[in-house]
Amino acid sequence: MKKIFAFAVLMLSLQIGFSQQSIQKKIQTQLIMAENGSVVNLDEGTFTFTNSLSMEDKKNIIIRGKGMNKTILSFKGQTEGAEGLRVSNGENITIENMTLQDSKGDLIKTMNVKGITFTNVKVEWTGTPSEKNGGYGLYPVQCQDVMIDNCVAIGASDAGIYVGQSKNIEVKNSKAYHNVAGIEIENSVYASVHDCEAYENTGGVLVFDLPDLVQKKGGFCKVYNNYIHDNNFLNFAPKGNIVASVSDGTGILLLAASNIEIFQNRIINNKTIGTGIISYYMTERPVTDTAYYPYPTAINIHDNEYQREHIRPTSKGRMGLMFRLKLKFGKDVPHIIYDGIIDPKTLDAQGNMLADKKICLKNNKNQSFVNLDASHGFKGISRDISKHDCTLEPIKLVGNEK
Amino acid sequence: MRNKIPYLYFQNKEGIRAFLIQPTKGIILLFILLAFLSFNPLHLSENQATAPKINLSAYGFFKGNMAEQKPVDSIIPYALNTPLFSDYAEKLRFLKIPEGKIVSYNPIEVLEFPVGTTIIKTFYYPNDFRDLSKGRRLMETRLLIHEESGWKALEYVWNDEQTEAVLEVAGDTKEVSYVYSDGKKRTQQYSMPNLNQCKGCHNRSEVMTPIGPSARQLNGDFAYENGTENQLIHLQKLGLLKDMPDLKDCPKLAVWNKPETGTLEERSRAWLDINCAHCHNPKGPAMTSGLNLSIHESNPTTLGFNKTPVAAGRGSGNRDYDIVRGNPDKSILIYRMESTDPGIMMPEVGRKTTHNEGVALVREWIRSLK
Repeated sequence: MKKIFAFAVLMLSLQIGFSQQSIQKKIQTQLIMAENGSVVNLDEGTFTFTNSLSMEDKKNIIIRGKGMNKTILSFKGQTEGAEGLRVSNGENITIENMTLQDSKGDLIKTMNVKGITFTNVKVEWTGTPSEKNGGYGLYPVQCQDVMIDNCVAIGASDAGIYVGQSKNIEVKNSKAYHNVAGIEIENSVYASVHDCEAYENTGGVLVFDLPDLVQKKGGFCKVYNNYIHDNNFLNFAPKGNIVASVSDGTGILLLAASNIEIFQNRIINNKTIGTGIISYYMTERPVTDTAYYPYPTAINIHDNEYQREHIRPTSKGRMGLMFRLKLKFGKDVPHIIYDGIIDPKTLDAQGNMLADKKICLKNNKNQSFVNLDASHGFKGISRDISKHDCTLEPIKLVGNEK
Repeated sequence: MRNKIPYLYFQNKEGIRAFLIQPTKGIILLFILLAFLSFNPLHLSENQATAPKINLSAYGFFKGNMAEQKPVDSIIPYALNTPLFSDYAEKLRFLKIPEGKIVSYNPIEVLEFPVGTTIIKTFYYPNDFRDLSKGRRLMETRLLIHEESGWKALEYVWNDEQTEAVLEVAGDTKEVSYVYSDGKKRTQQYSMPNLNQCKGCHNRSEVMTPIGPSARQLNGDFAYENGTENQLIHLQKLGLLKDMPDLKDCPKLAVWNKPETGTLEERSRAWLDINCAHCHNPKGPAMTSGLNLSIHESNPTTLGFNKTPVAAGRGSGNRDYDIVRGNPDKSILIYRMESTDPGIMMPEVGRKTTHNEGVALVREWIRSLK
């Protein structure tokens, strides 16, 4: 009897010795062979992978771990594949209850999935945030019906939670910190970001519309009930990426975005830009895409709470230069910064913005404002907010009635 | 198609009872099963008619010693003008067109192959690139089978004895050594795809699709057993290709490393077309980037000129644009072609080394641009 148990223990230790390579193969095989409608269960424990995991062409699948910080998939020694886990061309896919770490590229990329849900998923690059970290933590792109709930994203050299070129999106109850961008919605429509905490990133929440992409026009986004604070982390994105030009100290930044409603957020101690509203021209990048609309329009910012310590804004980058040489606000930095670059087509005969295209700022606690007048070389910098005392219709998330 | 092995012991009440009554025997068996599972690649059951065959030999593609890769008479070998770089592996390609069926010509996309077609591609390393008589090592044979429901990819990994190639779902990595044309010995990891990775490249609007055998790629000579002939003409003569225009009206892709076949630009674009455009096209997996490197693209920004990166992450290498005319060292394209870091390199899969000769070509082209 004892001998048999000794044998069993020996077998078990052998099992563990060569297990990591075989676990990689086992999990990848499970993901390939999973029948539609099934659950792929992952055990508790830390598993290391040298290759990306991937799943293709599946419907109604749940990939389920034993819990955040309990099932840990580590890609630290990755030698192959650009992401940790990749899911393509699926329907109703759920990824839940696990932690993914330290992939060379993005941690979880999902593309062309209709119905993608992330619940209780942590994506992180461990150690000091570094430009050597991968780009995106959670990265649904060209997806529809995206739900991100109770997730955590840490250390991304681009965006912790990034939804790109997608439709019908809800990001809620999630945390993002120590990323360049905490949460970013890019070229996407009908998105809501609510009840999240974005802190100690370079920029907390970004809503961007960029040129040269397949899905051209984003918009119709709501950002509410979030706690967006202390996003003063030095930018560590590799140059060339759009987020590399985001200033440290940015709470919310709207870039060329339209039909956006921002309300009931606490936007606290972001030292440079509490909320920025800028056109693509501020990036000083070329625009050749004729179908692209570079101006922010129909922005409604109301009922938020602003606070900041009485300190100087960033001294880094173009923005730092602008603060030093042009704006000269010292420590008295306004919470809401608007570049004032306006599409002439949105002006009426009197030179006022058409009612449905306006930038409206109302009823924000401690609200303060500057129009940079960037289109006239910052000559008419103005802190007069009266032109923006208006309200817009609440954003309706068409097709996302939740 | 599921692996039934782990359930053997528990597949009926007797098995479970035996396990309960004789736990020690059960534990031993369980561990044997576990060990078996861990060591053994997953084999698919062969009892279904449509199921893939476990052994490559079962298809009967080759005559005699299979390692010689001599196809049976009905199977046609072919080559591409400019092939995908695959870590310096050489490739043998074959077409099996079902009897009585015919391929339709297409001037732009891959030829339209009838249902029942199998495209066969074997990857190998010569032991010495300078002297092919020193033998070679076959690594893998990939099949693309055109079924009623669409194309299906299968991966067969050659054994070290070179007697058989066995179906492998989850891919594999092996170390290879060879002497390259510069006379230096090289040792590298060679990785073979899992079935999902096949579709990573063979993907048009999420439909599995062949990449290589387009008219422009096949429009070149091949040394058949009975003499050298243009491949399109050869197919036409065999009565296997319809709607083909005069050969002079067929597109022809430059051979990337033969200057007599095209200008520097033509050869670079040919290289980018086969190495990048399977993903970087408006219907491919990299459409999200807005970069299209297909031979058919003409919009300069879409081709990468002064185009800012999207979602490149570390891949930008602190450079601003995909291609900067005249300056390869400021072009993200070159940075990603040169890298072997999986978070940076392009293509994302299928290589562990840098294609130095391909990089040199594209560098020279970018440098020449004004």
